[in-house]
Amino acid sequence: MKTFKIGGVHPHDNKLAAGRRFEPVPLPKEAIIQLNQHIGAPAVPVVEPGEEVKVGQLIAKANGFVSANIHSSVSGKVTKIDEIIDAWGAHQPAIFIEVEGDVWMPDIDISGKFKPTCNLSADEIKRKIADAGIVGLGGACFPTHVKLNPPKEHVIDTLIVNGVECEPYLTPNHRLMIEKGEEIMVGVQILMRALGVDTALIGIECNKRDAIEELERIAARKEGIRIVPLKMKYPQGGEKQLIQALTGREVKSGQLPSSTGVVVQNVATVFAVYEAVQLNKPLIEMYMSVCGKEMEQNGNFRARIGCSVNDVVNMIGGMPEVTGKIIAGGPMMGRAMIHLNTPVTKRTTGITFISQKSAPRFASSPCIRCGRCIQACPMGLEPYLLYKKALQKDWDFMEAHHIMDCMECGCCTFTCPSRQPLLDFVRLGKATVAANIRKRKS
Amino acid sequence: MQIILYTVLLLGGIGAFAALALYLTAKKFKVEEDSRIDLVEAALPGANCGGCGQAGCRQFAEKCVKAGSLDGLRCPVGGDATMRAIADGLGLQAGESDPQVAVIRCAAECLKRPTTNRYDGAKNCSVAHMLYIGETDCAYGCFGFGDCIAACQFGALSQNSETGAIEVNADKCTACGACAKACPRHLIEIRRKGPKNRYVYVACANQDKGAVARKACENACIGCTKCQKTCEWDAIQIEHNLAHIDGDKCRMCRKCEEACPTKAIRSVHFTNEKA
Repeated sequence: MKTFKIGGVHPHDNKLAAGRRFEPVPLPKEAIIQLNQHIGAPAVPVVEPGEEVKVGQLIAKANGFVSANIHSSVSGKVTKIDEIIDAWGAHQPAIFIEVEGDVWMPDIDISGKFKPTCNLSADEIKRKIADAGIVGLGGACFPTHVKLNPPKEHVIDTLIVNGVECEPYLTPNHRLMIEKGEEIMVGVQILMRALGVDTALIGIECNKRDAIEELERIAARKEGIRIVPLKMKYPQGGEKQLIQALTGREVKSGQLPSSTGVVVQNVATVFAVYEAVQLNKPLIEMYMSVCGKEMEQNGNFRARIGCSVNDVVNMIGGMPEVTGKIIAGGPMMGRAMIHLNTPVTKRTTGITFISQKSAPRFASSPCIRCGRCIQACPMGLEPYLLYKKALQKDWDFMEAHHIMDCMECGCCTFTCPSRQPLLDFVRLGKATVAANIRKRKS
Repeated sequence: MQIILYTVLLLGGIGAFAALALYLTAKKFKVEEDSRIDLVEAALPGANCGGCGQAGCRQFAEKCVKAGSLDGLRCPVGGDATMRAIADGLGLQAGESDPQVAVIRCAAECLKRPTTNRYDGAKNCSVAHMLYIGETDCAYGCFGFGDCIAACQFGALSQNSETGAIEVNADKCTACGACAKACPRHLIEIRRKGPKNRYVYVACANQDKGAVARKACENACIGCTKCQKTCEWDAIQIEHNLAHIDGDKCRMCRKCEEACPTKAIRSVHFTNEKA
């Protein structure tokens, strides 16, 4: 079985909710829809307080090239456009909608019928995807239409679909592949059409045997789509790692993945593309998992964007009392939250609860120069050195040592026997270097 | 015996030859330097703190000698005395300016700010600031992990072990500004000291609306404008719900300190110390 070449670690996968079907979360009384749910500039509201909106109606327009439209996920009245305090204490602009009924926009197909054929041209598909406000649902939230328009000098020959889901605990992609396999395959064909390629590779880690079998069964009837089972290794779901695992091509430092002739899309994104192109349904729902070892029960949910994370967690009995950490996403790349009273956004792919017993970090001791972090780094960096240089504030050195290649996967901190906070400082260096680069450019 | 003699002669000969070679090389390639640079450097405190904006004391001395005037050049550590000595040595005129001190615009006492969560990451202010709001609801306040203490070369900063607040020892502080640069939340202000080293400042940097700020911290500046109205010297300006006392206009009457309903205004070196 294939996998990527350098680095990587093997955390326990803990896919606790893998066997549970998606359950819909009931409509909230009030939806709070954040305006920056993507990388890039926040969207600009196009509705006024007091206005009536329907499900799927455009409420905020993309602002600039790397930005995405935002649609109402509920029907009702816009009460105000104000700031909320998100799960990390930051002020975020948001649109507040008081929910009344569930009235959808008339052009959205809610009949529930499966639509396998698409005869649209590449440009029409890309326009529909941009209109629907689709962003990369692997967690990075990079607008999909931008990714589908790579620079002209890059010739794309392969579409890669990311069904790896290497992050421990998270299961929404796994469940989507099982429950919405047919739709995902149509989505893959639509994206192949949009990119003008005739090969698509779907990479799935071998802990999801049922998903591999399901998609292989469907792919047998389709031309050009191949399912590739992958050996389990974190962070295989990283774009550059997946490209290497599936095609053997290497993305050079500082270059876009499309320079290797490949475009990578997550399966959840592909499903959103199917809904947008075939059903005219914009991105208004998130598929997410909620799990933790201490939960009475773990589950997968389909929640409207803008409903409270607390409501989703309450679906399975609320937060367990012994919780020590709540993490948005999984334990490797996720971010610890300070409260649950925050709306679901396009970034929310799962909520993980870690118990008080296992949440605190271990006390760190001095570096013993074992070099394990270097072995573990999938980007071939030297985390111990970057950590040291961050303490010395030697930002130029860090830039010269390719700090911007770091994707913050956390393998270095995971593997460090001295429990040093490597990633914390590498991340600080990356943020500072990125700011310095921006300053130089402007 | 002969062996020892030859050895001593040989080694001595090599030594003498090397000394001669070094002497001649040093003579030939000698870099002519203005001797006044050494004089100025000797007058400087030698802390190499960078507070003057130069890389170190030597560079500052070079700049003083080359610039031909002392305008805009000042060693904050040595203060007026050092600048006068340099001016005398170079035959220039040194500008007078008041001594300055670092103040921390956050009282940061644990008991005054309810903790809403517990931070578990690296104990470093910059790292914590990058990640999130902090352990309290105040998005502007001090983390208390001591980036500024580590940056201070003069031992002027310390953390109160009871309250968790960072405290400035005004007698040790040289106003070099290293701590102000180290603070990711820009809480440290270098401000003028008045007569008898006294100063009055607003110990808060919270720009939230009054109610939000007050909820997060008992000592928050809520932008109520009471101090502004009390001040007879027009020294207090309120911007973004936050008061600021202009060090040049302030006459240290401390009426604002009495007027402040949240005790956000602090005064230092007064005989009846309140804070």
